[in-house]
Amino acid sequence: MKSSFSFRRFWAYFKKEEKQILRDPSTFLIAFILPLLMIFIYGYGVSLDADKIPLGLLLEDTSPTARSLENAFLGTPYFNVTTSTHRSSIEDELTAGRLRGIVTIPLNFSQNFLRNVKTPLQVLLDGSEPNTARFVLNYAQGVVSNWNAQQKIEGKSFFTSPIRAEPRTWFNEELKSRDVLLPGSIAIIMTLIGTLLTALVVAREWERGTMEVMMSTPIQIREMLFAKLIPYFFLGLGSMTLCVSLSILLFNVPFRGSYLVLLLATSIFLLASLGLGLFISSTTRNQFVASQISIMTGFLPAFMLSGFIFEIPSMPQSIQALTYLFPARYFVTILQTSFLSGTIWELVLPSMAFMLIIAFFFLSLTALKMVKRLD
Amino acid sequence: MERPALDRISVSIRSGMITGLVGPDGAGKTTLIRLMAGLLLPTKGQISILGLNTEKDAERLHEITGYMPQKFGLYEDLTVLENLDLYADLHDLSEEEKTVEFERMLKFTTLKPFIHRLAGNLSGGMKQKLGLACSLLGHPKVLLLDEPSVGVDPLSRRELWKMVQELADQGITIVWSTSYLDEADKCHDVLLLNEGALLFHGSPKELSKRVEGRVFQLEVPLEKRRMLLKDVLNHPETTDAIIQGNRIHLVSTSSFSVDLKGFQWTSIPPRFEDAFVDILGGSPKGESVLAKHISQKTSEGQHPIQAEHLTKRFGNFIAARNISFSIGRGEVFGLLGPNGAGKSTIFKMLCGLLQPTEGKALVSGFDLKTASSEARSRIGYMAQKFSLYGALSVQENLNFFSGIYGLQGTFRQRKMDHMITIFDLSPYLESNADLLPLGYKQRLALACAVMHEPDVLFLDEPTSGVDPITRREFWNHINEMAEKGVTIMVTTHFMEEAEYCDRIALIYQGINIAAGTPDHLIESVKTKDLPYPTLEDAFITLIEEINGQEKEKGRA
Repeated sequence: MKSSFSFRRFWAYFKKEEKQILRDPSTFLIAFILPLLMIFIYGYGVSLDADKIPLGLLLEDTSPTARSLENAFLGTPYFNVTTSTHRSSIEDELTAGRLRGIVTIPLNFSQNFLRNVKTPLQVLLDGSEPNTARFVLNYAQGVVSNWNAQQKIEGKSFFTSPIRAEPRTWFNEELKSRDVLLPGSIAIIMTLIGTLLTALVVAREWERGTMEVMMSTPIQIREMLFAKLIPYFFLGLGSMTLCVSLSILLFNVPFRGSYLVLLLATSIFLLASLGLGLFISSTTRNQFVASQISIMTGFLPAFMLSGFIFEIPSMPQSIQALTYLFPARYFVTILQTSFLSGTIWELVLPSMAFMLIIAFFFLSLTALKMVKRLD
Repeated sequence: MERPALDRISVSIRSGMITGLVGPDGAGKTTLIRLMAGLLLPTKGQISILGLNTEKDAERLHEITGYMPQKFGLYEDLTVLENLDLYADLHDLSEEEKTVEFERMLKFTTLKPFIHRLAGNLSGGMKQKLGLACSLLGHPKVLLLDEPSVGVDPLSRRELWKMVQELADQGITIVWSTSYLDEADKCHDVLLLNEGALLFHGSPKELSKRVEGRVFQLEVPLEKRRMLLKDVLNHPETTDAIIQGNRIHLVSTSSFSVDLKGFQWTSIPPRFEDAFVDILGGSPKGESVLAKHISQKTSEGQHPIQAEHLTKRFGNFIAARNISFSIGRGEVFGLLGPNGAGKSTIFKMLCGLLQPTEGKALVSGFDLKTASSEARSRIGYMAQKFSLYGALSVQENLNFFSGIYGLQGTFRQRKMDHMITIFDLSPYLESNADLLPLGYKQRLALACAVMHEPDVLFLDEPTSGVDPITRREFWNHINEMAEKGVTIMVTTHFMEEAEYCDRIALIYQGINIAAGTPDHLIESVKTKDLPYPTLEDAFITLIEEINGQEKEKGRA
C-alpha cells in the first residue's frame, strides 16, 4: 500500500531545509565563496601560455650582426632576456632554475653570416619542465627565422625560406588558454559544489539523530528527496550564474552560445551532481566520509577525465571508455562549445541525454537505497 | 555466530500504562524500541502495535506512534516554534488543531517564553521537553521514548516524569527505556532485559518482592564506612551493598546472618534497584586489586586540592563566582548541580584546563597557573565519555598514556603490566578501544588515569549512562584508592554517585549554594511534610529555594 505524495509534508520539509540553508554559513561558503575562489585560481593562476620566460643569451660574438639578433630576442614579449658574454656565469643561472634556457651565439657567427655559411645556434633547455622547454625552443626558432627573413628583405642575407606557413586558428583566435580553461573549469567547480552541497545534508541528519525521528513520522522518502533536491538545485544555479558572469565580465571570455541552452544543460548537470551527492550522503551517513568520497568520485574524475585539461582522444582506450561515466565530461563539452563556438546541436543534444541518464540513475538509486528504516 | 541483540522475546504491553524498559548496557533496550517504532525489522518473529504490523503497515504505524530517540531528534538550527511547526505539518494537523495543540504543548512544557529561541540554545532539560512535545503532535496512541532522561539533572527528570504520567492518564501507552532505576520503580510495568533475553516482565513491586526481607540498612561511622563496605561486600552471603551517606545499604542472599560487628541495623523495604542487581547476579565483590598496587600516599600537605576565590567569566557571563573550598587527603569530594550550573567550569579550573579569571587553584600546593607542570604531574584525569583513542588498541592506549605522564623504562613496563592484570585486560590487548564493552572501556580509562600514581584523581561524570553493576565495580576501585590516600574529585548529577562522596558542594548558577556531607544536606531540608528526604529531594529543594528567592526579588 502506497499512499499519495503529500504536498503539505513536502512543503514543511522544504521550508525546514530552506531555513537551515539560510542559517548555515557553511552552505553559503560552498555555494558562493568556493566558486569565487576557484574561478580566480583558474582565471589568474592557471595558464598554459608562456609569457616572459626568463632566457639567457650568451654572446660569444659581439659584432653588430650578433647584436642585431640579440635585439630581436629582446624585442619579443615571450622572453625576458638576460645577456651575458660569460658562459660559466650564465650556465649557473640555468642550473639554479632562474633561467629556462640559454641561446648561444657562437664566436664565428658574424663571420659565417657574412660568408653566407650556415651557423648552428646552440639552445640549452631546462628539461625539468618539458612544456616550458618546448615553448622556449619553438619561440627561439621563431625569433631566429623572423630575424633571418628580416635580414633577407634588407638584402643582407641570401637564405630563403621557400614556404611560409601562415597559421590560422579557429574558435580561439587569440589562442588564449584562459578562454578554454575557464569554461572547462566551471564544469569542475560545479561538480565539486553540486556533489558537496547534497553530500553533507543527509549525512548531517544522520549524525544529529534527526533522521531517526523523521523515519518514524509519516513523511515519505520521495517527499524528503524532492524537498532536499530543490533548494540545493537553485543554490547550484546561483553558483553557476556567479561563475559564468565572472568569466564573461571579469575575464572577458567570449560567449557565443545560447544562455537558454546553457541553463537547460546546467539544470540537467545539477540533477546528476546533486543526485550523486544525495546517494553518497545516504549511503555513508557520516559527513566526513561523505565529503571525502564526493571529492574522490566527483571532483577528481571531473578534473582528470572530463577533457578539461587532458585531452580525451590522447588517453588509452580503456580510460576513454571510463570518461563516459562522468557527467563532467559532457558538461565540459557543452560549456566549451557554448563559450567558444556557439550552440552545436550535434554535440549538445547527446551530451544532455547522457547527463540525463546519469541523473536518473543516481536519483533512483538513492530513492531505492533510502528506506524508512535504520538497517 | 555472535549473540543476537534480542533473543526470542515474546511479550504484550498493556495499553494506557507506562512500561519501563530496563537492563544493563548492551541488553538490547534500544534495539527493542527501534523495532517497535518500525525502524528496524525483526530477523525472526513480528511485532504488532494496535493491530498494525511494524513491517507491513509501517506507514499507518508512523501516524499513530510518537518516537523520541536518545538524541531528541530536534533541528538545532530551527527555533522552538519552527520545530513544532515542522512536526505538526508532517503529521498533517489542521491550522485550528495547530493553534490548540501548540498552546497546550507550550503550556505543558513551560516552553512558552522560549518559542523564538533556537533549539540548539536550549538547556538539556528543555530540549528533552521539546523533543517530547514534537513526538506528541500527531496525537500518538503509543509513545516510544528511548532513554529520554539520560544526562539530564534530577529537577528536569522529575518534571519530565510528571508530564509522561499525565499522558498515561489520558490513555496513551508509553514505553520508556531508562537506565535510572528509580524511574523504573515508578512505572506500571517493567521489562527487564539482559544480554538480549527477557528476564522479567511485570510490575516493579513484583520484582522487588524477590528481595523482600533481605534488605537492610547499617548505621556506620562515617570514617569507617569504606572499610566496612569492603568487608560487607566480601561476605559470602552479601548480594549487594552500597554506601548511602553514613549508612550501608545491603542486600543479602537469604535472611540475614552476616556478623554485623555490633553495628546497628534495620530491615527496610526493598527498592527496585535491589531486585535489579539481585536478578542480574549481585554486585561485584569489594576487593580492588588496583589499590594493592598503589602505594600509600603519605602526608604532603593535608589539603591536596585547594580552591581560593575561583571566579571565571566568559564575556559578560559569570560561569563560576567566588568558589572556595579545600579537600583533604583521601577525601572523596563531589561537585553536584544541574546541567549548566557551572560545575564543569570549576572542575576544569581545578585540573588546569581553564585559567580562572580571579582566584587561585592549588594542587598538592602547586599553583596551576605558575607551576602548572608540577601540579599536572600529580593529577589523574578521567574525562566524561572516557577520553580514550578509539582507533588505538588497549595496549597502544596504555603505551600512550604512560608515555605522556612521563613513565619510563622498566618502571613503565611494570606499571602497564599491573594495569593489565588488575583490570583483566589481557584478552582485549589487541582490540581497539572503540570496540570494547562499556565496562572495559571504563576500566581502561581508569587504568590510563592512575598509572602514574597521581595524588589527586579528577572524575568528570564517571558513570553517567552506565548500568548499576558496572557503576558498583567502578566505585569499589575509587573507594579503595581513597583509602590509600588518593584525593578524589568528582562531578556528577547522579544521586547515587553523590552518596559515595564524603562531602558535596552543590553548585547552581555558578555559586556554591550548599556544602557538607550528604547527610548534612539531607538533614537541612527535613520538614514535617518531608520527614525522610532523599539526597535527590535535598538537591531539588535547595535549588527550588534559590529559584523562589529569585522570583521574590523579581517581584520586589
